Amino acid sequence: MSNTEILTWREWLTDDAPASRRQAVTGNIYRSVRAVCSNSAAVSGLVMIAMLILVAAFARQISGDASPIAQDLATRLGAPNAQHWFGTDELGRDIFARTVYGARVTLSIVLLVSVVVAPIGLAVGTTAGYLGSWVDSILMRITDVFLAFPKLVLALAFAAALGPGIENAVIAISLTAWPPYARMARAETIAIARSDFISAVVLQGASTPRILFRHIVPLCLSSLIVRLTLDMAGIILTAAGLGFLGLGAQPPTPEWGSMVSSGRDVILDQWWVATIPGIAIFIVSLGFNLLGDGLRDVFDPKST
Amino acid sequence: MSTDPLLEVEDLNVSFFGQGETTLAVRNVSFTLGRERLGIVGESGSGKSTTARALLGLIPSPGVVTAKTLRFAGQNLLGLRDQDWQALRGQRISMVMQDPKYSLNPVIKVGHQIQETYLLHHQASADDARRRALAMLEAVKIRDPDLVFHLFPHQLSGGMGQRVMIAMMLITEPDLLIADEPTSALDVTVQNEVLRILDDLVTDRGMGLIFISHNLPIVSSFCDRVLVMYGGKIVEECRADALHKAKHPYTQALLRAVPRIDHPVRELSVVSRNPEWLS
Amino acid sequence: MRERTYGDRGLTLLWRLLSFMGSLLLTFTGLTAITFVIGRFMAVDPVLAVVGDHATLEVYEKNRIALGLDRPIIEQYFLYLKKLLAGDFGQSIMTSHPVLSDLLHFFPATFELATIATLLGVFIGVPVGVAAGARKGGWLDHFVRIIGLFGYSMPVFWLGLVGLFLFYGKLGWVGGPGRLDIGYDDIVTSYTGIILVDSLIAGEWDIFRNALSHIILPAGILGYYSIAYIARMTRSFMIEQLSQEYVTAARIKGRSFWGAVWVHAFPNIMVPLITVVGLSYASLLEGAVLTETVFSWPGLGLYITKSLFNADMNAVLGGTIVVGAVFIGVNMLCDFLYHVFDPRLRNA
Repeated sequence: MSNTEILTWREWLTDDAPASRRQAVTGNIYRSVRAVCSNSAAVSGLVMIAMLILVAAFARQISGDASPIAQDLATRLGAPNAQHWFGTDELGRDIFARTVYGARVTLSIVLLVSVVVAPIGLAVGTTAGYLGSWVDSILMRITDVFLAFPKLVLALAFAAALGPGIENAVIAISLTAWPPYARMARAETIAIARSDFISAVVLQGASTPRILFRHIVPLCLSSLIVRLTLDMAGIILTAAGLGFLGLGAQPPTPEWGSMVSSGRDVILDQWWVATIPGIAIFIVSLGFNLLGDGLRDVFDPKST
Repeated sequence: MSTDPLLEVEDLNVSFFGQGETTLAVRNVSFTLGRERLGIVGESGSGKSTTARALLGLIPSPGVVTAKTLRFAGQNLLGLRDQDWQALRGQRISMVMQDPKYSLNPVIKVGHQIQETYLLHHQASADDARRRALAMLEAVKIRDPDLVFHLFPHQLSGGMGQRVMIAMMLITEPDLLIADEPTSALDVTVQNEVLRILDDLVTDRGMGLIFISHNLPIVSSFCDRVLVMYGGKIVEECRADALHKAKHPYTQALLRAVPRIDHPVRELSVVSRNPEWLS
Repeated sequence: MRERTYGDRGLTLLWRLLSFMGSLLLTFTGLTAITFVIGRFMAVDPVLAVVGDHATLEVYEKNRIALGLDRPIIEQYFLYLKKLLAGDFGQSIMTSHPVLSDLLHFFPATFELATIATLLGVFIGVPVGVAAGARKGGWLDHFVRIIGLFGYSMPVFWLGLVGLFLFYGKLGWVGGPGRLDIGYDDIVTSYTGIILVDSLIAGEWDIFRNALSHIILPAGILGYYSIAYIARMTRSFMIEQLSQEYVTAARIKGRSFWGAVWVHAFPNIMVPLITVVGLSYASLLEGAVLTETVFSWPGLGLYITKSLFNADMNAVLGGTIVVGAVFIGVNMLCDFLYHVFDPRLRNA
């Protein structure tokens, strides 16, 4: 072979003087992943969320023959046994299967809200931060007004007016969840906009949307992801709260919040009907909180 | 007065155990102190402040203090109980800290902070304590003690704040005072005033003084003896008036680095460090 | 630079106060705008709500004009605002009372719940937080962080149900849902609407004890969240203060460790703590909505959710405005106070 030293993968990734853009980028990713893995909170959270995703994806396989919607009034309110691992609810449906399929509902709500909230927050925040002056003032006023609203109560009012259903619940939650991201994006944009490379791109003739979208937004992404992960737990709890009140996903779709609600009347005798779906909500929220805490420790230790 | 040395330090070591690595902040420091003035000079990180805190038993965990001998006026300081430390601190050993902006409690009136030291160690009436605090304010040459008594720290200028600090730490007439960079946070014009006040008080009460600073000229003019610290160790010990005869290259470099108004140079000399000094 | 005089400070304060009031007004306007939009556009056609499904076109039109629905939107909004300010929140379908009187009737129960929960948060959360922060890394520190983590992850309605099952169903330590056992209803004359206070005033010990046994679980559940939040914040404030030089100075003077903590560090965190307590109170109002539903607690929250089930939009929106306004008001006030009493003020 030639005289050049052959680096091991590890050396190549952690090289302090990367020779190519690809090396720098993958090196960064490697370092971040290592940092995250060394944080036990983040790892546990990641494991819980991975379980959520797997359960949602393989719901059919995991719950086997049991159907989440098949009713069997003869076996209603049965205690957990070999046939129904988590027991049956007031309509004789298998709670285990419903909990497993409920993961899909939870996951979809989380994803939908993120997909709605992140772009809006980024758009408002980066525009306000970059354009400044009266655009900034107006956008931030609007953001502050929405930021001050009580989440659950307002989501309630929206869902009440729009009617039940997952889409309406997502809209209702998103309407109060986007402001923090706008604020964050604005703060980051203001910091970035002063830097030289932005001036360079401006001099090259880039249009404002291009600057915002291609240059500023990517830099906001890491704190956005941290914040999003931290907020997920709150979003899940709000969605579950809406489900508990009968808004959100409608029967027979298994949604953990509404499952807790249906177990409410029989809590004293058949405690498992309400308790088990609640545990599922708890575990998933805990997972997101742990992951978010861990990510924040790694990427943004100074923020509270 | 007894001829017992005020402070006997032999082989003092302070280490901090971090995640997998140990920092030796103070290494094998030994000296004795009578009722005299000892200056400790060194740059940031040389271990001088850590030594001072070790003398007060205020090294926080994960720090560990060990020494062959650590005695104050015949009393062994090693393994001292909390109550005994509390009796010593403020009453017999005291410390004036660097910046009154941070070392005074922002939400308590300065007069009450001065009183507090006295009340912690003596049974006295509120009136009595107040009178003593006012007397101390006068002793540090504050012009309007009655007014200043009721002020909050942020209402004081730097020089006044430092004088309040001195009053607060000397009200109980301790035997040993440690001054940790007492003038470093002050304007040059104010520094001399505060130093003079300190000088008078220390002389009047016959206290021992450890004066810690990175400012060699001030230390050499103020103190009787000087210790030079580098990398946690003492590299030089001599009388203040014999500094120009210093043997260790670090001390010599420090002396050379002091700008002199009567000998202007084109380039200020900088200390070139020899890694051997750290061994 | 000349010293800032008290006159300077006063002027800045005034300016800050004015801009605070301005922001408050703006946000309230936003809130009412949203409830207006929801009520007007998203819910059931307001005309149909009045005339019913089978009205003729003429009746429909007549009522439409009478309700002012042919006017431009902005005008309609101002009409709406005028009504709100006059106290006209509409009529509740459910109770057949004016919504405002319903709200006033149900408010004390929520106030009682939130207040006791916050008191728990303060009297347990603050000492625990101080101790956790003072002994950073100790077992109490870890305990506080875990409690806080659980607090952010547990759904309040679930915790309430589990609590009911355990402490009422299985252990019988506390009273069940509702504020009082059925036999005790309406015995005590209501001066404040707060049964605990009213029964004390009337000297009815039995009723007081009964009310206590009923409130302790829901207040405890809500209190848990308050404790978790307040303890966490206290801990982090403490850690920050204990690293300051004046704490070391106190030790040098001869103060014991805990003396330095309580006499010196604690007074420095009292002001930010007050704002934290206020914020906690505000967020408890939200938690109360679900808690009241679980415990059949006749407060604002239950009123809102019951109205929800009855499609009583006037009541839902009226409740939203009240809860929203208190929430916003307390939050913004605390934010404002925090900045006014900022430590920055000290070095100014």
